[in-house]
Amino acid sequence: MLDFSSEEVAEILRLLDAAFHDELTLESKRRRVVFRRGAAGGWTQETHTFQLRPVVLLERAEEPRRNIALEATRSPSDTDVIEIRSSLPGTFYRAPKPGAAPFVEVESRVHEHSVVAIVETMKLMNSIHAGAKGKIVEICVTNGDFVEPTTVLMRLRRAGP
Amino acid sequence: MKLHRILIANRGEIALRVIRTCRKLGIETVLAVSDADLDSAPARLADIAIRVGPPPAAQSYLHVERIMAAAKAVKADAIHPGYGFLSENARLARAAKEAEIIFIGPDETHLASVGDKLQARDHAVAAGLPVVPGGPVDDAEAALALAGEIGFPVLIKAVGGGGGRGMRHVKEGSEMKPAVNLAMAEAEAAFGDARIYIERFVERGRHIEVQLLGDGRGNVIHLGERDCSIQRRYQKLVEEAPAPDLHPKLRSSICEAAVRFGRHLKYRNAGTVEFLVDINRNEFYFLEMNARIQVEHPVTEAITGLDLIAEQIWIAERNELRLTQNAVRFSGHAIECRINAENPADDFRPSPGTVIRALFPAGEGVRVDTHIESGAHVPPFYDSLLAKIIAHGKNREEALIRMKLALRNCILEGVDTNVSTHAGLMSRSEFIDGGVTTDFLPAFLARTPRLSATEVA
Repeated sequence: MLDFSSEEVAEILRLLDAAFHDELTLESKRRRVVFRRGAAGGWTQETHTFQLRPVVLLERAEEPRRNIALEATRSPSDTDVIEIRSSLPGTFYRAPKPGAAPFVEVESRVHEHSVVAIVETMKLMNSIHAGAKGKIVEICVTNGDFVEPTTVLMRLRRAGP
Repeated sequence: MKLHRILIANRGEIALRVIRTCRKLGIETVLAVSDADLDSAPARLADIAIRVGPPPAAQSYLHVERIMAAAKAVKADAIHPGYGFLSENARLARAAKEAEIIFIGPDETHLASVGDKLQARDHAVAAGLPVVPGGPVDDAEAALALAGEIGFPVLIKAVGGGGGRGMRHVKEGSEMKPAVNLAMAEAEAAFGDARIYIERFVERGRHIEVQLLGDGRGNVIHLGERDCSIQRRYQKLVEEAPAPDLHPKLRSSICEAAVRFGRHLKYRNAGTVEFLVDINRNEFYFLEMNARIQVEHPVTEAITGLDLIAEQIWIAERNELRLTQNAVRFSGHAIECRINAENPADDFRPSPGTVIRALFPAGEGVRVDTHIESGAHVPPFYDSLLAKIIAHGKNREEALIRMKLALRNCILEGVDTNVSTHAGLMSRSEFIDGGVTTDFLPAFLARTPRLSATEVA
């Protein structure tokens, strides 16, 4: 892994197999690899690559669009307002596909299992559900924004019983 | 022509893989990185890392103009696109050509003819390859008529691309209309191309693919086949070479067919021709061609002793193939397990985050291709591949023994992984027997719903 092929690593480990050592560290200017005996036999490797030079910036780094954590706007007594979040970080989409109508708008009435948005994480689309019956009162993020599990996506006013 | 400086327009393990070969060949590497990958191991290991944009792929790794601007800025003489992202993008191939930078891949005309599934199917027929009975349809009515001819069940597929999008399984006539509408909508959304075609659905099939090398002058050789039948939702999980329990006559017919297809196109670059083997009928059909290096190329490297990235570069330098078919020697058996950041106990939910500790296996017959080190970030923007573990042995039994031990020495903390799924698979009698069909993995996962790390340890 360092500047060795896997065949050369195997050769080194074969020599070590017969020795009493349990650990071998190889280090170059660019990388360090630590080989250790595995608990169940065989060997493990742990690699660390050193940072030698900074990344070249092709253009002025425009700030990636990031969400600013939103202040809670509801008053403490307003317990009927529910915050909708994503359990995974990812890219927030309001519609099932580009150009299509959004799942919901402010004032839309939804049920617990209504899909209100999708969040794309690692190329997988995950549906975001309303979580309760009621009315959407606020959409807090913009289509295409990156969201974290802490980000409030939407607020919903729970419908009376 | 000798290449001196290659821009790598990719990330993750394949970026590191290309860097490794370039260093061996004395070629300078420039890695295009998004803001999410500024601190990745490949960015540190490349001779130069150049930022091309913010984390979303559309603004960085998929952005043709930014990739080209980076290539020009560093005066790269070639671009290696890896797999995925822009690897089969005709626009990048054309832009590179206009800038007199070599695109390490096929000509843009080849990208177009294999990128369009119907064109590829027509080329296959012209080259005398068997294709699954079927053809293009404009609407549900035409689909019903064609399905009547070829027989149910059928599969609806998108002309514009793969990956399971726009794909629908139709068991009987009553399901056709909604399925066609959905498939066309999905295909339009995913590829901007609503065209579909239908094929007879093969109930029990194996996914067998053939690795090709071509030099664009009509010289095409194959490097044997790979079996990629272990799939979940059209995503490959385990690959091996050679394909276990495949009749020698069928094997050589498949490899010959792939070469015939490559010669028909006068293909240039490494490429893979995918086939579906119908084990009930003992027949095979052309599926599609991938005009790039593939994720699973290491199993072929293990059994041939070749470096496919080095061959790609050699071909890109406009040399004739330096290998003849007879010079390709096969040795032993290799298996690859794809280690992904996903949680098998929660329907393979993606698990981005920080890898706190990363120990990988090492030793005889074991190779690990990975960009992950202790402390590495796994961003939510890209696919979930963390590492590929490749075990090679003098036969399949030895490769399996080595893989089982290797998986026990694969210790990743901080994100969920599918290591336990692989460990379970490697001990499963159907897998050990070899030659499973593509319906095996979903059934296996359904039987072992809560395979946790503790059960395997």
